[in-house]
Amino acid sequence: MMQALFQATIEFLKLYWAPLLCGVAIVAILPLIVGYIVLVERKLMADMQARLGPMRVGPHGLLQPIADAVKLLIKEDIIPDNADKLVFWLAPVLSVGAALLSIAGLAIGPAFQIAQDINIGILFVVGVSALGIFGIVLGGWASNSHYSLMGALRSSAQLVSYETAAGMALVSALLFTGTLNIKSIVQAQSNEGIWFVMLAPVAFFTYLVASIAETNRAPFDLPEAESELVAGYMTEFSGFRWSLYFLAEYANMIVVASVATTLFLGGWLRPFASVHGRPHLLNFLDFVPTFLMAAVGAYCIARAPKQPTRVQQLFMLAVAGLCNVVGLALLAPVVVSIAKPFYAGVHGGFWFIFKVSLYIYFFMWLRFTIPRYRFDQLMRLGWHFLIPLSIINVLFVGIALIAGSYFHLQGWGLLLVTTPAAVITLCAALLILAAEKGRDKRQEPNAASDFYAG
Amino acid sequence: MLDKVLFYFFASIAVASAALMVTRRNVVHGAIFLITALLATAGIFLQLRAEFLFIVQIILYVGGIMVLFVFVIMLVNLDVALQQIQFARQKWVALFVALALAGQVGLMFWSSGKMPGQGLPVLTAAAATSLPPNSEEVAKSLFSSYLLPFEIASVLLLVAMIGAVVMAKKRV
Repeated sequence: MMQALFQATIEFLKLYWAPLLCGVAIVAILPLIVGYIVLVERKLMADMQARLGPMRVGPHGLLQPIADAVKLLIKEDIIPDNADKLVFWLAPVLSVGAALLSIAGLAIGPAFQIAQDINIGILFVVGVSALGIFGIVLGGWASNSHYSLMGALRSSAQLVSYETAAGMALVSALLFTGTLNIKSIVQAQSNEGIWFVMLAPVAFFTYLVASIAETNRAPFDLPEAESELVAGYMTEFSGFRWSLYFLAEYANMIVVASVATTLFLGGWLRPFASVHGRPHLLNFLDFVPTFLMAAVGAYCIARAPKQPTRVQQLFMLAVAGLCNVVGLALLAPVVVSIAKPFYAGVHGGFWFIFKVSLYIYFFMWLRFTIPRYRFDQLMRLGWHFLIPLSIINVLFVGIALIAGSYFHLQGWGLLLVTTPAAVITLCAALLILAAEKGRDKRQEPNAASDFYAG
Repeated sequence: MLDKVLFYFFASIAVASAALMVTRRNVVHGAIFLITALLATAGIFLQLRAEFLFIVQIILYVGGIMVLFVFVIMLVNLDVALQQIQFARQKWVALFVALALAGQVGLMFWSSGKMPGQGLPVLTAAAATSLPPNSEEVAKSLFSSYLLPFEIASVLLLVAMIGAVVMAKKRV
């Protein structure tokens, strides 16, 4: 028996040692990435509110995430007396586990994917990341506190409502590919020479809104609305458990951003990727990654003399050096002929991460711009507007595709049929909104006082 | 070998958590074990290289239905429900169903000509490369050979859903 188990383990390791190593690397690096996303978010918030943000730890607060992590790890771990201990322990682990597991299905560039070429690709990512909701619901329940339970209930109601809209949005993009495999989805966009955001703009918008709601981000962060629920489902959690929830939330942001990038924004494809390798004016885009890195490096060098202490000056120069090294690494596959085979992997990775960062940046930007929704408004937006809109969109995208195959349209030519479809969908959306307004007038104003609305 | 180990791993988890789900007094613990049982069943689907069934099991049962289950469990008053002895009248029905099920399993062993313990009829998976893409195959059979039953089932579900909404809401 033991020997059989041992043999099975060896067999497993022989087959899967590389994905296992990558998985361990992801688990190790992700907290650091999340820490720096938080730093960017705080800096952006400070910028929008005309402040400086974290400035003390390291130059321009560059070491703040590490200080935060140390603070969280050595905080006291409190478990409420009447909490359900086992579920309380399990909940944050579930949340972060689901988020990390779904990252395994993502393809960061053509060369890097942990679970290689799974047939159900995008469904795996979406389905597994949705399991994180159990962490939130069970955590809220196990805390044995009313605020936590309210947050958990809101969160599950919100997720169930918006997952339908997100799923429908994914369906209308998947209609163009005819496959669920992530690499084939990006390949399809490369073959058509056009990103699906142009072909299915309404679906992209629907997914954008739904993904904000699914990740519990502002303006839909009702489950953790601090003005009503203290901190929602996280109220009773402290220290490391709390930071696991935090990690899961940001990992989920990365996951939804990656799904949107893969499906709608061309995955790891460079803008105008179809002209790559031919002499063409647009190929200057191959130098953009290097240029960006060099620009950041130059900025760091320019700011270095202004730092207050010698250590901070050196640190700034080191950051500049790092940026330049990365820039050179990105330049090599374009210029040096020996490094050409690495072009797809290195530049693919850069463009993918770049697009994901832009998507997350947009999330942050929304957070500091739009005030929080009320819970009944959120539910109404989901059920009365987004879900009908996404269903109508699937219908018209399908019709447009049939028309496209009838007229033998391909690539940019598909715009001839998909744009009218999008316009019709938008008209339908306006009709829905008008009907909503009419209904509001007929109903008494406080009809929407749900008992879990806070 | 790996196939067998994975199968017994998932199967034992499924059976154990199903038993725990029935015996727990705490409803939320029961729900957690039901989730575990469903996930383990999904694992068996995956071991058989039925990826599409695996992910549909997770998305629909675990991610959809169980979220609603847990949602409803949290809304009802648990303290009252815990004090009551529920479903006690179904004892004899349950016994009958359990016996019938055991008979079925026994019949399967008997007809396969193998006694339990000497070569259990374990489902072994074909090599991943020899199989056609799973989701495509499911779609093809659903929308060609089984189109009519599929449509009837979806209309039935739609009717059930509308009926539930009508019954729950006084004024639609």
